[in-house]
Amino acid sequence: MNLQATTSQTVGPYFSIGLTRRNKVDLASPGVSGERITIVGRVLDGDGNAVPDALIEIWQANSHGKYAHPEDDQKKPLEPGFDGYGRIPTDENGRFSFTTVKPGAVPGPNGKDQAPHIAVSVFARGLLRRLVTRIYFPDEPANTGDFVLNLVEPGRRGTLIPRKVLGQSETFEWNVILQGFEETVFFDCGM
Amino acid sequence: MAKIADYRRPISGTQPNHLHPPYVSSIKRAPLKPLVQMPHTLTEITGPSFEREVVDSNACDLTRQHSGEPLGERIIVSGRVMDEDGRPVPHTLVEIWQANAAGRYLHKVDQHNAPLDPNFTGAGHTLTDAQGGYRFVTIRPGEYPWQNHYNAWRPAHIHFSLFGPAFATRLVTQMYFPGDPLLPYDPVYNCTADEKARRKLISLFDLESTIPEQALGYRFDIILSGREATPVEG
Repeated sequence: MNLQATTSQTVGPYFSIGLTRRNKVDLASPGVSGERITIVGRVLDGDGNAVPDALIEIWQANSHGKYAHPEDDQKKPLEPGFDGYGRIPTDENGRFSFTTVKPGAVPGPNGKDQAPHIAVSVFARGLLRRLVTRIYFPDEPANTGDFVLNLVEPGRRGTLIPRKVLGQSETFEWNVILQGFEETVFFDCGM
Repeated sequence: MAKIADYRRPISGTQPNHLHPPYVSSIKRAPLKPLVQMPHTLTEITGPSFEREVVDSNACDLTRQHSGEPLGERIIVSGRVMDEDGRPVPHTLVEIWQANAAGRYLHKVDQHNAPLDPNFTGAGHTLTDAQGGYRFVTIRPGEYPWQNHYNAWRPAHIHFSLFGPAFATRLVTQMYFPGDPLLPYDPVYNCTADEKARRKLISLFDLESTIPEQALGYRFDIILSGREATPVEG
C-alpha cells in the first residue's frame, strides 16, 4: 500500500484547551540521575515580538545517553521516572522555562557519538507545520565533531547553543527566533 | 549500533510551506532561511511513548465531561492511524480540541460573540487500539469568524495531535467535514499545493459508525510517515 502522510495543519491559537493536560516542564524528578539543568528563553517573531501562543516539545536521552524507546538497543541503563519528553508552553511574554537533566551522548550517523543535545519541536499559531531544532550545550568539546551541528553553516551554529546565565549555575538561556537576521536554525526532519 | 532507517520524507506539495501568505499569521512567524537538511539519527527515530498512560474513559467522550449534556449535534468521530504502508500505529496518543456547537472555544483569547456551553470543554484524548483504531464521541463544532481577512470564517474543524512511534512522526492536523461551503475560502485548509492531499483532511460520513437514534458517524483516517527500507549492513 502506498499512502501519503496526512497534511500538517497549524495548532492555531487555542491548542491549550487540548494540550495543556500533558504539559511537563520538569523532567528531572527526584531520584533521576544526572546534572540538573534549567533552560529559559523566549519565542520571538520576525518583528522581535513575543509569541505568547507557542508550544515547545522536547525529546532527549537520559544522562547515560539512552533513549526510553525500544529502538535504542544500546547497553546503557534506563532511568525509571525519566521518559525524556517535555511539553512547555510560552507565557504572555513569549517566555518558557524547563528543567531536565543534561543528556548523555548518543550514537551518530558517522559512527561517532553525537554531542549531547535535546531535540525540539516548536508549534504555534501561524506555523502550518512544526519547526524542528536542537539545543546543544556551551563549552562542550564534542560539539566540534557533531555530525548534525556540522551540517549547519558555522555562523549560524550559535543559534543552537544556549548561553550560561551568569550567577545562576546550571541555568541556560536559549531563544527561539522564528524569523529574521538571527533566525534560529531549523532542520528539515520530514514531517 | 546498526545503521538507521530514516522515516520517509513527504512528497512535494503534500505538506504546507512554512510561509503561506494567505494565512496572515505565517508572514511574521515562518522562518525565511532555508531549513537545514539532516538525516534521521537515533534521536529522530525514537520518541515518547504514552502506552502506559491510563486514559480516563470519559476522555474520549466529550459529551460526558460535565453534569449535563452539551448543546449541539452529537457525532462519532472514528478512524485508524496507519503508516504510509498501511500498517496500524497501535497504542499512540491522540489528542483533540475543538469549538463548541456555537463556534466558540473555551479560551480567554476567543472573543467571538457566541455563547460558551457550560457542559462542553472541547478537549479529548485516547490511545489507539492494537489495530490503530480510535473513536471519540463529541458534538459537531460550529464555524466561526476570525480576523485573517475581511469576512473570514473558519470551516468547522477538529484539531488532532498525534505522536506515532518516533520524534520524526509527530503530526498536528485538523479534520474537516464533508460538504462544508467554507472550505474553498479557508487559507489554512488550502495550504498545500496538492489538492488530493488537502481533500484527505475532510472526514467521510460513515453510516457504519452512525448510531441509530443517537449520533452521526464520521470517519477520519490519519497517516503518519512510513519507514524507508531498513538498510542492510554491509
